[in-house]
Amino acid sequence: MAHQVPGGSMDILPTNTVATIGCCLCGASIPPNPANMCVTCLRTKVDISEGVCKSSFIFWCKGCERYLAPPDRWVFAELESRELLALCLRSLKGLSKVKLVDAGFIWTEPHSKRLRVQLTIQKEVFNGAILQQTFEVVYVVQNQFCNDCHAMEAEQSWTTSVQVRQKVAHKRTFLQLEQLILKHKIHLNTVGIKEYPDGLDFYYKTQSAGTKLVEFLSARVPVRTTMAKKLISQDDSNNTYKYKFTVAVEIVPICRDDLVALPRKTAARHGNITPLVLCSKVASVLHIVDPLTAQHEEITSVAFWKTPFRSLATRSDLTEFIVLDIEPLDYSEAEAGSKFSLADAQVSRISDFGVNDITFNVTTHLGHLLQAGDHVLGYDLVNSNFNDVNFDKLDASSLPEIVLVRKSYRHTRRKRKRRTWKLQELAKISYHEEPNTAGKRKSAAASRRLRTEAEQAERDREVFLRDIEEDPELRAEINLYRADDYAEILRERELRASGAAPMDPADDDDDDASDELEDIPIEDLLDPMEAVTIDDPTADPDPDAPPGRHSVDIVPVAGPSDEPSVLF
Amino acid sequence: MAIRTQFENSSDVGVFSILTNSYCVVPIGGSENFYSTFEAELVDTEPEVPVIHASIAGCRVLGSLAVGNSRGLLVPSTTTDQELQHLRNSLPDKVVVQRVEERLSALGNCVACNDYVALVHPEMDRETEEIIHDVLGVDIFRETVAGSALVGTYATFSNNGGLVHPHVTVEEMDQLASLFQVPITAGTVNRGSDMIGAGVVVNDWIAFAGIDTTAPEISVIDDIFKLQGTAPSSMIEEMRGALIDSLA
Repeated sequence: MAHQVPGGSMDILPTNTVATIGCCLCGASIPPNPANMCVTCLRTKVDISEGVCKSSFIFWCKGCERYLAPPDRWVFAELESRELLALCLRSLKGLSKVKLVDAGFIWTEPHSKRLRVQLTIQKEVFNGAILQQTFEVVYVVQNQFCNDCHAMEAEQSWTTSVQVRQKVAHKRTFLQLEQLILKHKIHLNTVGIKEYPDGLDFYYKTQSAGTKLVEFLSARVPVRTTMAKKLISQDDSNNTYKYKFTVAVEIVPICRDDLVALPRKTAARHGNITPLVLCSKVASVLHIVDPLTAQHEEITSVAFWKTPFRSLATRSDLTEFIVLDIEPLDYSEAEAGSKFSLADAQVSRISDFGVNDITFNVTTHLGHLLQAGDHVLGYDLVNSNFNDVNFDKLDASSLPEIVLVRKSYRHTRRKRKRRTWKLQELAKISYHEEPNTAGKRKSAAASRRLRTEAEQAERDREVFLRDIEEDPELRAEINLYRADDYAEILRERELRASGAAPMDPADDDDDDASDELEDIPIEDLLDPMEAVTIDDPTADPDPDAPPGRHSVDIVPVAGPSDEPSVLF
Repeated sequence: MAIRTQFENSSDVGVFSILTNSYCVVPIGGSENFYSTFEAELVDTEPEVPVIHASIAGCRVLGSLAVGNSRGLLVPSTTTDQELQHLRNSLPDKVVVQRVEERLSALGNCVACNDYVALVHPEMDRETEEIIHDVLGVDIFRETVAGSALVGTYATFSNNGGLVHPHVTVEEMDQLASLFQVPITAGTVNRGSDMIGAGVVVNDWIAFAGIDTTAPEISVIDDIFKLQGTAPSSMIEEMRGALIDSLA
């Protein structure tokens, strides 16, 4: 019954011309779309940026100039940088519901504390209609102190400080202690380390960590500790008290090779040793040796602090002698296991050698080390003038003229070799770098003093590095690392040894010396990759700088976590 | 003139009502407001159209289930005898009410008609087609509107014009216009909805659209169905007859 549709779809493939319809809101003529609205009306009806915050906050720490990356990270970001944009977008609520097409900063005055970000987003509205919209989000930069700065400001980052002091003119003890601390990883819990003229301050979050250091130190050097605490806050109702603890650790001011005049009581108590002795070693106790009898005694820190004494002469007062003749003394009362053996030696000052005939006959405890022709360091009591109460009480007639202390390798070192090894170093902050003085200009006198101190420190370091090379015992206690240019140095040496490239014949005169100091064996050196290097403040472009300056790695002082520690 | 109304918070007035030149059917119960909107416009006016409360198969969606024009009303097979009797009693005597045994029981969705022409679902039975032809007195065309077989949902026709789905192409509209011999336009109701038949009911002088229908949509409805002057339908009918005659 159905009529045949004229020109029906069965017969001819119809051409499809899309009819226009009126926009359902404004009546404008548009092609049909899922919403049947013109774009303008659609935009007024639906705001696709509706769920997205148009203004937001971003937190900035003015102490360290970092931005807060929620929840608790603080990151550095330049203005209008990618990092900052990422930070802004991440903190914007509602952006996950739309598709972000484009984002960029609109310039704002840096001091306006506003960040303007232009976003272009797309979103599907109704079934299939995708709208795109560009809009602006304003971020208000709000100041918020980060936790690190806050702690720094409140000075609450540590509860315990350990002040290690040794009242001597040099820093060798601390250089050695530093290596010990590094080797035994005592520094891991440290919040900060500060360098003072007479020592180091270690800061800890907990009292127990501080105690650990104190115990570590007292097991290795003779120390005297005093503890003080300061009440920071108290809560009587809870019966809680917050203290800051300070442990003062004073190391005995006597170092290895120091010449010491013992108080009579001390000498009497220690095997009635001759009062004029040398300090042979500093361990948990003070080891002293009488150079004339090789008698060896130990002074505990308790005994020391009961009647403290000072050293008469230290290593800087040493004079170099040459051994002309040496005769071992058989009647040595030194016990079998002793490190020392007595000998009679005829020595002459290096300065006198070949100039005049002044020689000295001395008894020395270094009989096992010295041979005729060796260089030896010793204290020249003939030319010395000591100002010491204990020394004055000694019988002047029985005093030796010369006290030999140690064999010298100085002459083998005329040409300084580049070291194949280096040391790690703790990240210390000098007391000069107090935050409140950092920005101020230093006076000429202050900067001169700084320079002098730096030179002194450099000398001490060099002496310490030489000690390491000369003393296998000391070397065993610390970690040595291969230098960065280690392979290169070795290659150079091989070249020189094979004579392929004789550098300078004058330099090579010592290579065949019999007492040439052996290099530190390569197998003793550790791979530098094991150490975490954060910074090398000693790296100096100055070509004249002594080679020792570069043999240092800085070890970050960091807690168990990888968070940047607060250094103050 | 098009009136905006809603049935119980639904804008799909075409689903819930049937409007022709000779009668109007609205569901029983529910919103009396909906009923009174129709009554206010149709009863006690010239020409008067009776507004009848009814249900079909116990449902209120009688606009979707039944289809009719001024000559008759077709109801699906699910209609109960009682409902059928009620309709017969209530509708004017000249209106034929007929139950149709048709698989596509939502006749309102499957048939779009005015007093002369009907578009039907392409898969409708031949017998149903015959019944439609006999009862409604219309020419039958199996057609789709905008690719959809539910012609009753996506198109509405009166003796003055027709409104179809917005995706209907110009060629299709030309074709429909030549079938119906009335102007056809594509448009929307209910703020962009493309379900024309569900959104608006129309006779020759009045239309009821969903409450969401916007002013531009109302104006399109007014224009295409020529509701502006609310001219006396009899005159238009005469003219219409003359036109048909001359064309025939």
